[in-house]
Amino acid sequence: MSSKESLGKTLSVVVGVCLACSIVVSVAAVGLRPTQQANALLDKQKNILAVSGIEIGNQKMADVFAKNIEARVIDLATGEYSDAVDANNYDPLAAAKDPAQSVKLTPEQAFAGFSSRESLGLVYLVKNDQGDLERVIVPVRGAGLWAMMYAFVAVQPDGNTVDGITYYQHGETPGLGGEVDNPMWKALWPGKKLFDEQGQPAIKIVKGGATQGDTHGVDGLSGATLTGAGIQKTFDFWLSEDGYGTYLKKLGKGELNNG
Amino acid sequence: MASDVKKVLTSPIIANNPIALQILGVCSALAVTSKLETAFVMTLAVVFVTAFSNLFISIIRNHIPGSVRIIVQMAIIASLVIVVDQVLKAVAFELSKQLSVYVGLIITNCIVMGRAEAYAMKSAPGASFIDGIGNGLGYGFILVAVGGIREFFGSGALFGIEIMPLVSAGGWYQSNGLLLLPPSAFFIIGLLIWAIRTFNPDQVEEKE
Repeated sequence: MSSKESLGKTLSVVVGVCLACSIVVSVAAVGLRPTQQANALLDKQKNILAVSGIEIGNQKMADVFAKNIEARVIDLATGEYSDAVDANNYDPLAAAKDPAQSVKLTPEQAFAGFSSRESLGLVYLVKNDQGDLERVIVPVRGAGLWAMMYAFVAVQPDGNTVDGITYYQHGETPGLGGEVDNPMWKALWPGKKLFDEQGQPAIKIVKGGATQGDTHGVDGLSGATLTGAGIQKTFDFWLSEDGYGTYLKKLGKGELNNG
Repeated sequence: MASDVKKVLTSPIIANNPIALQILGVCSALAVTSKLETAFVMTLAVVFVTAFSNLFISIIRNHIPGSVRIIVQMAIIASLVIVVDQVLKAVAFELSKQLSVYVGLIITNCIVMGRAEAYAMKSAPGASFIDGIGNGLGYGFILVAVGGIREFFGSGALFGIEIMPLVSAGGWYQSNGLLLLPPSAFFIIGLLIWAIRTFNPDQVEEKE
């Protein structure tokens, strides 16, 4: 019997261990993938419904989602709806990383923490039981203090008035920047106007709290200056013509050609 | 024999606690203890990983060549951690989002590697498995204690259930924001070590 320190023995142990480990890992990854994808989808639907204003009651989330929410692809350059890809299977975040499906941002445009953005955006139209448009849910993202922060913003059909906001993924410090999850902070948003009279992006994160009656200002979270700056940049970018600005303005004026 | 098993299982919880006495695995203890729920799930994950990595390494300990033993241990530990991460994503998606990278970082948790190298390489599979559970629980004991203190005084809640209504939500309790930040876990772990050594003076190191 050869010693366990021999070259042959070493190689066979290493190969054997690697083989066994890779089989275990592959089985776990492949076997659990359907459940994981279902979870991710459910999580997303939950966050969209949270800003949709729809009462779920004791109905199943997926049913409510199928009945009241319609995903639509937007050509961000023209602001028009697009049928170039299937909205239900389109992932804007993956597209943003693919040079063929994204637009490279100049250094001046890339202030929100990413250097390219998807050519086609994805919004969710919230319809009531009669099929009338009630809200449009726009996904936005921007770098916070620690990590990219992802949010859904619900906007009224006028393309200007905020109905709600929810940050569905972020890595901010609990108790400080993490207070973007605080219901009291989120409650400051409904009624705010995204654009000023000249049609420029106007949301302002105000340190020390916005004055009463300020239709564009939102309280900056105390102790979270950099998170606040990240939120500011997020809105500055996505409300501009590089983001959903063109679409939202056309929506508000009823100028969409294929709405 | 039965008393041996009990000793292997229970001694790491207080008497030979990996965090409090050996000061291992402190890094992740800072990161996941701002809430009790994450601390609890992290405990389960670490118990699972240390127990099974100890078991598998012990089973093949007589075949592992000395020159590559660390790599073999790492391969086994890493595989187990990936399995735990995948299972969490499938069954507890919300929690896995909160734990984010820290489940993956169990790979670098010194306790897992430390027990594999110090115990499983020299002991029988059964005892190694029990030792893994014991050390996982020892780690978890500190995690849950710290997580409980941080969540109770930092957020006025336990397991996400409100116990003391916060001022910011219209209640009376002014939360202690420091406890929500990772450095507070340092102070709490330090105080716990002090408390444990007051009751167990043998643990106090001799003055150099």
